[in-house]
Amino acid sequence: MNESMTTQPGQTLISIKQLGKRFSNGFEALRGVDLDISEGEILALLGPNGAGKTTLISIICGIVTPSSGEVLVNGHSIIDDYRITRSMIGLVPQEIHLEPFTTVWKTVCYSRALFGKPSDPAYIESVLKDLSLWDKKDSIIMALSGGMKRRVMIAKALSHQPRILFLDEPTAGVDVELRQGMWKTVDRLRSNGVTIILTTHYIEEAEESADRVAVINSGEILLVDEKDALMRKLGKKTLVLNLKTPLAAIPDSLAEFELQMSDDGLELVYEYDTQRERTGISSLVQGLLDAGIGFRDLDTRENSLEEIFVDLVRQDS
Amino acid sequence: MNWRGVKAIYMSEMGRTIRTIVQSLVSPVISTSLYFVVFGSAIGSRITDIDGVSYGAFLVPGLIMLTVLTNAVSNAAFGIYFPKFLGHIYELLTAPLSFLEIVLGFVGAAATKSLVLALIILLTATFFVDVRIEHPWWMITFLVLTCISFSLLGFIIGIISNNFEQLQLVPLLVITPLVFLGGSFYAINMLPPLWQTISLFNPVLYLVSGFRWSFYGIGDVSIFASLAVVVAFCIVCLVVIWSIFKSGYGIKQ
Repeated sequence: MNESMTTQPGQTLISIKQLGKRFSNGFEALRGVDLDISEGEILALLGPNGAGKTTLISIICGIVTPSSGEVLVNGHSIIDDYRITRSMIGLVPQEIHLEPFTTVWKTVCYSRALFGKPSDPAYIESVLKDLSLWDKKDSIIMALSGGMKRRVMIAKALSHQPRILFLDEPTAGVDVELRQGMWKTVDRLRSNGVTIILTTHYIEEAEESADRVAVINSGEILLVDEKDALMRKLGKKTLVLNLKTPLAAIPDSLAEFELQMSDDGLELVYEYDTQRERTGISSLVQGLLDAGIGFRDLDTRENSLEEIFVDLVRQDS
Repeated sequence: MNWRGVKAIYMSEMGRTIRTIVQSLVSPVISTSLYFVVFGSAIGSRITDIDGVSYGAFLVPGLIMLTVLTNAVSNAAFGIYFPKFLGHIYELLTAPLSFLEIVLGFVGAAATKSLVLALIILLTATFFVDVRIEHPWWMITFLVLTCISFSLLGFIIGIISNNFEQLQLVPLLVITPLVFLGGSFYAINMLPPLWQTISLFNPVLYLVSGFRWSFYGIGDVSIFASLAVVVAFCIVCLVVIWSIFKSGYGIKQ
C-alpha cells in the first residue's frame, strides 16, 4: 500500500505524453495527446463521437496498445509496470459487458480477485449497499434490469479499491434517478480522494461535477482548463432587455452595440465579454435613455459549457 | 505472480462446468459407454485379439484419448471465446495479469476438466471390459500432458475464432479426423502400407500409441517418440499463444 502514499492531492497522478494511436485499418484515433491529470480531481473529457475519448481511456487501462508516446501513472509506465498501474485503476466501460449466468456477488468478488486483492466481504458489501445493489446480491446477472447491470459494472470497477476511476459515458441511457444516484457515488468517491476521469455527452453534468474539462476532437486535445476558468475565459454574457413599448427598428445611435431585436420588438439582446475591462453596459443603458427607449426589466445569463464546446469543435473542423 | 487472479479465473471456469454438469460430464460418459457397448461388446466380440489384448480392452485408451482431446479443445476454446464474445474480456485485459497467468487460469481449468473426465471414463470402462494398467505413472504423465497440450490448442482456437461457426469448425474438421485416423480404434499395422506411412504424420497417433503402451505394453511407435511429440506439441502451442498475446491478435487492438 505504500504505492498509494506517494502523491499528494493536486500532484500529477497521470501523465500522458505525445500519445498516438493508429489502428490497423489506418484510422488515426489519437494524435500526440498531452495531458496531465492531478490526484483527487474530477476531469471531464468532452468530445463528439469518434473524437478519441474511449481510445484514450482504453490505452491507459490496458485494452488498447499505444502506437507512440507514453503514459505514466504515479510515475510508472503503463507498459513496463502494468501490474502497478493497473492495480490503481478501475474502469467502467461504455457498454455493459457481464457474464450473464453468475450472480452479482460472485462477479464483483471475481473482479476483486482478478486484481490480486485478498477477499474482503465487508468492503464488497459496502460497495453494493452504496450502489443499492445489496438486495440483489444473489440475483443472476441475466435477470437484472439495464440500470442494475450498469451499477454492477461500477461495483466491479470499485471492487479492488482503485485510486483512479475511469467512467466512460456513465450516464448514457440511464434514467434520471439512477443518474442522480451515480453522481452521488462519484461525489462520495471524490471525497475519499479517488481521482475520476469521465467522458460524457451531457455537458451540464461535466459543468456540475468536474473540476477540469478537457475538450478532445479528432484525436487531439483542443483545450484543458479549470472548468470555472474556462467558463470565465470563453464565457460571454448575454443581457436581455424587456422594453416597455415595442420598437420598430433599432436606432442608428445604438448600432455600435450590435443589438439583436426580437420579432415583436419587445426584447433587445446584447452579448458582451465578461473579461473585457469595459463591458459597454453603462454606455448601452445611457444610449437607450438618450434614444428615449424605456425598459421594464433586464436579465443577464452566462453561456453554458455546451455553447463553449460547440464553438470550439466547430472552429476546429 | 498474481496467484489470486489465476485462482479466480480457474475457479470461475470450474464453476461454469458445475453449472453445466450434464453437458460437461454426463454426456461424454454416456457416449463413451455407447462406444463400449457397440464396438466393444457387439462388434468387438467378432474381432480377434490385437497383440493378445481383447478388442474391447484395446479400445479403452483410444476412447479416453478421443474424449479428452475433443473436450479439452472445446472447453478451453469456449472458455476464452465466451468473454471475448460477450465483451467481459475487458476485465482480464485491465487487470494486473500477465498472459501466462490468463493462460494458466483458463488452460488449467480446461485441463482439469478433461483429466477428471478421463478418469471417470476409465472407471466406466472397468464395468464393460477388463482393464489393466501396466505402467500407471506413464499413463498419468501422458494423460496430464495431453490434457494440457490440447487445452492450449483449444485456447488458441478460442482466441482466433471470430464466430461460433469457426469455434466448432476446427474441432469438427481437424480434431475428429485426426483422432479417428490416429489409431483410436485400431493398431496401424492393420492399415495398408501407404496409410501406415501417412499416419506417422498424425500427432494424435503418438498420443494414442503412448497412452495404450502405458496400459498394455503395446504401441505403434516407441514410447519415447510419443513423449517427444506430446512435449513438442505443448511447446508449439505455448509459443503460438505467446506470440498471440505479444501482437494482441484477436483480443487487443
